[in-house]
Amino acid sequence: MPDLAAKKKRPLWYNLSPLNLPAPGLVSIFHRVSGALLFLGLIWFLFLLDMSLASEAGFARFRAYVGNPLVKLSMLVLLWAFLHHLCAGVRHLFLDIEVGVELKAARRSAIAVFAVSLALTALIGARLW
Amino acid sequence: MNRVIVGAHYGLKDWLAQRITAVVMLAYTIVFLLALGRGPVTHASWKALFAQEWMRLATFLFVASVLIHAWIGVRNIWMDYIKHTGLRLVLEVATVLWLVGCAGWAMQILWRI
Repeated sequence: MPDLAAKKKRPLWYNLSPLNLPAPGLVSIFHRVSGALLFLGLIWFLFLLDMSLASEAGFARFRAYVGNPLVKLSMLVLLWAFLHHLCAGVRHLFLDIEVGVELKAARRSAIAVFAVSLALTALIGARLW
Repeated sequence: MNRVIVGAHYGLKDWLAQRITAVVMLAYTIVFLLALGRGPVTHASWKALFAQEWMRLATFLFVASVLIHAWIGVRNIWMDYIKHTGLRLVLEVATVLWLVGCAGWAMQILWRI
């Protein structure tokens, strides 16, 4: 019989630094980070929607406001957050129905999430800029 | 506190709600992009888009989905990192009030058009 008490005392050392996470782990933590960002950005989206719909003058103000480089940069970050959250969410739904749960497939789809969301952010960002 | 956390349906409703609301938001995103169409957006076309009754209803469903989805997600974040029960309760209540307030504002914006 192995000595269970001694076994339990063994030090555990999980390295949870993002730099040491495999791709699926990175998708997961960024899913959380992007979700939190979107939650924080909610009030700002409403502010923009309110301004743009209020009146013709409001729409013009909205145009000028989103022309500001700092605003554009913030929008780019939130656009990435939205796209990453969406792609990671779709991947999650497939994993729920047990599609792509094998290690190799899961790693490939995780990399695809990063590739697709970053490429779409760059593409849409370039068009909006 | 000694609570059973693996009993029948514990968390299942939230798990399911998170997925249903995700699909609703995904569908809305696609519908919104299709309805927006190509070409420049003017104030008139932007307003006309949200003035349509079906679009308002779809946006209402989207807002309701965001409300539920964000509540479950943010609550999970509080549950994972905030160990102090009292502080967690305060943050959870604040989250609910904030989200309901945001949803109310969204409705006001849409039905004012």
